[in-house]
Amino acid sequence: MADTTQDLLRLATAGSVDDGKSTLVGRLLYDTKSVLADTLDAVHRASVDKGLSTPDLSLLVDGLRSEREQGITIDVAYRYFATPKRSFVLADTPGHVQYTRNTVTGASTAQLAVLLVDARKGVLEQTRRHAAVLALLGVPRLVLAVNKVDLVAYDEATFEVIAKEFTDHATALGYPLGSVLSIPVSALVGDNVVERSAHTPWYVGPTLLEHLENVPVEPDPHDAPLRFPVQYVIRTNTAEHTDYRGYAGQVAAGTVRPGDEVVVLPSGLRTTVARVDTPDGELAEAEAGRSVTLVLADDIDISRGDLIAVATAPPLPVDEFEATVAWLSDKPLRPGARVLVKHGARTVQAAVSELNARFDEQKLTAVPDPESLNLNEIGRVLVRVAEPLPVDDYAVNRRTGAFLVIDAADGSTLAAGLVGAGLQALASTGPTDASTAGDLVSPGP
Amino acid sequence: MTLNTDNDHAAPRPDERPQRTHHPLDALARLESEAIHIFREVAGEFDRPVILFSGGKDSTVLLHLAVKAFWPAPVPFPLLHVDTGHNLDEVIEFRDRTVERYGLRLVVASVQDFIDDGRLEERPDGTRNPLQTVPLLDAITTNKFDAVFGGGRRDEERARAKERIFSLRNSFGQWEPRRQRPELWNLYNGRHRAGEHVRVFPLSNWTELDVWRYIKREAIELPSIYFAHTREVFQRDGMWLTAGPWFGPRADEPTEELTVRYRTVGDGSCTGAVLSEAADLDEVIAEVSASRLTERGATRADDRLSEAAMEDRKREGYF
Repeated sequence: MADTTQDLLRLATAGSVDDGKSTLVGRLLYDTKSVLADTLDAVHRASVDKGLSTPDLSLLVDGLRSEREQGITIDVAYRYFATPKRSFVLADTPGHVQYTRNTVTGASTAQLAVLLVDARKGVLEQTRRHAAVLALLGVPRLVLAVNKVDLVAYDEATFEVIAKEFTDHATALGYPLGSVLSIPVSALVGDNVVERSAHTPWYVGPTLLEHLENVPVEPDPHDAPLRFPVQYVIRTNTAEHTDYRGYAGQVAAGTVRPGDEVVVLPSGLRTTVARVDTPDGELAEAEAGRSVTLVLADDIDISRGDLIAVATAPPLPVDEFEATVAWLSDKPLRPGARVLVKHGARTVQAAVSELNARFDEQKLTAVPDPESLNLNEIGRVLVRVAEPLPVDDYAVNRRTGAFLVIDAADGSTLAAGLVGAGLQALASTGPTDASTAGDLVSPGP
Repeated sequence: MTLNTDNDHAAPRPDERPQRTHHPLDALARLESEAIHIFREVAGEFDRPVILFSGGKDSTVLLHLAVKAFWPAPVPFPLLHVDTGHNLDEVIEFRDRTVERYGLRLVVASVQDFIDDGRLEERPDGTRNPLQTVPLLDAITTNKFDAVFGGGRRDEERARAKERIFSLRNSFGQWEPRRQRPELWNLYNGRHRAGEHVRVFPLSNWTELDVWRYIKREAIELPSIYFAHTREVFQRDGMWLTAGPWFGPRADEPTEELTVRYRTVGDGSCTGAVLSEAADLDEVIAEVSASRLTERGATRADDRLSEAAMEDRKREGYF
C-alpha cells in the first residue's frame, strides 16, 4: 500500500514556442507511468493518423481541439503525477507570446518553476522575461531544462554556456546560489528527464524527476506573524453547540493557538483565541495552510472580510499603497481607473490613482510615467482603496501581499496585484547583455 | 533568511528539539484544506449555491467536505441531482439515505419528465448522459442557482485539465475557454452578471487515487456498487453493462453472472462495470493504484465517442 503521508510540490512550467514543453511534460507523465493505457492508445492512434512513426507525447497534454488544430498550447493546463516520494501538481503554462498572462496564473502558487530553452537557441529574451516574472511572483526555485541536447550532439560546452548565462541572470534577479539548477535534457528521447542519459556522462547532477522529488518544499510561512482572513461566520444553536459562533478561514500566515492575543482589523478590537475548532476535534495549534474555525473569548462584531492578526505584530490598515500589477486584460489600464480590489476575503472599491512605471521586459528596466498599461505588461502603481486594507508586502508574504484587480462593470479579472515595490528591485538589476545571436522572438503585444 | 529551509528532513536530537515541532500538512490534508476554503468562499460570495449530488463517490466526497467546511452548522446549500432515470437501485437508496442523514434539501431534475412532456427526445442508442444538460440548465435557471458545485477533477480528461476552479458559464450555461479568468493564488473571482452562473470544482486538484485514499482516511460510506459483488451483466462495446429494464440486453447479447464493481456512477446504459475482486477500500485502492485504464475511458461510453467529446459537451453546458 502506497503511503498517504507524502507531501505535495506545486510546480509550473514555462518556455518559448517550440521549446518542446508539451513534449517534456508528456515525457514526465509517460515515464512516471502516469499515463494510462486508454489515453496512451488514443495518442498512438492520433500519432499514426498524423503519419508519425513514434508517439507524439505532446498529444498527452494538448487538450483543446483548437490547440490540436493549431499545434499550440493556449491555456494553463494542470497535470498530476506522483511517485512514491511525492505528489505533484504541475501548472503547464503556454509559451505563446500573447498568452504570457498564463505564466502569471500558473506561477502564482508554484513552489518551483521549470523553464525550457532549446539547446540550439540558448537563453532568449523571453526566457529572461519569464524568469523575471517568476522572480516577481516569488517562486522560490528555478530549474532550467536545456532541451534538445541531442540536437547539439550532447555537447558539454554548449550546455555550460547556456547554464552560466541563465544562472547569472537568475542571480541578478535575486535568486540565491543553490535555488537554481540547470539540467541537459532531451524530452523527445527521454535523456535526463526521468531516466539518466548515457549520452551526457559529463553531467553529474540529478535528472529532472530526481530533482523534483528531492528538492526541499518551501514550508508555508508558519513562523510569520499570524494572519487569518475571516471567510465566513459559522453560527448555530443546538443542544451540543449552544449559541455557537465561529470564524471560518484558512490560516494565511503564522500559527494560531488557544490563548493567543489577537486584534481584529479593520476595527482594531482586541480579544483572545478561545478555541481552534475543526470537525475532527479541537487543535492545540493550526499553522499556515490549514482551514479551521476560530472561537474567540469575547463577543465582538466580526464579519467576512475582516482579518484576525496577532496582536503584537498586526499589519497597518492603509487606504493607499504602492503595488506592482501584471495586467491580464485586453482593456488597457489608464491612470485614475476605477476598479475593485479583492484582498483576502474582502472586496473593496478602489482607484488606480497613479501609474508610475512600466516594466520594460526587453531590458529589465522601468519606463517612467507611461500613458497606459496593456495586456501582458507589468507596471508600478499607486492604489487608493475606499476602505482601509490590512496589507503586507508581497515580498514578505505571498498570501497576504497579493490582490486581484477586478472590473466593476463586467466582473472580469484585470490584473494580478502585488503589494509593495517588488518591481523596483527588479528594474534596478539594470539592462542585460545584447540579445543572443539568432534570437528573433519579440515578446510583448 | 535562506531558501534552503528543510524542515521535513531535519532530525534534531531530543536536546535540540524546539519546543514546538512543525507538522507540515500532507498532500491529502492540503487538498482537504483547499476544498474547504473554496466552499467557504462560495458561501461568502454567492446568494444561491447548490451542490450537484448523484450519490457517486466524487459527489459524496464533495458533500463530506461541505459538511466539514460549515461544521457544526448544517451545510447552507441544497443538493441537486440530475436524474437520468437509468439508475441502479443501490445508488438511489444511498442518495436518499445520505440526504436524510444530513438533513438537507434535495432538488431532482428528471430527464424522464423532460422526455414525458416532449422537451427531450430519447436517443436511438438509449443513452441518457447527453440528455442531462437540458434539465440541469433548467433547474439552474428555475431555482436561480448562481454557484453550482461539481465533483469534476482535472485529472479525468484533457479538456478538464484546463478547467478553472471557478468556471464562469454564460446565460446559456456554456463554457467559453477564451473567457475563462486567470486564477491567481487562492483569490477566486466569483463575479458574474445576472443570468450567468459559476461552476465550482473543489476537487479540481485531486486525482482518482486521492479521492479513494481520502474516502479511507475519513471512513466515508459509499454505495455498495463500488465494491466487488455478483451481478448479471452483458457485454457491449467492450464494457460490462447491468441487465435491467432500460439498458438491454438485446437478443444477441447473452448475460452472465460475474463478479464486478463500478468505478463511476452514471447512466446505466453507458456506464460499465469492471471485472474486479476488490471487495473493500484497501483492495480498491490497490486496484486503482495498479490500474492501466483511466476511470472515464474504462467505464463511460459517451467519452469515447470522439477525441473532443468532453470539450464539446462542456461547451454545451454539461458538467
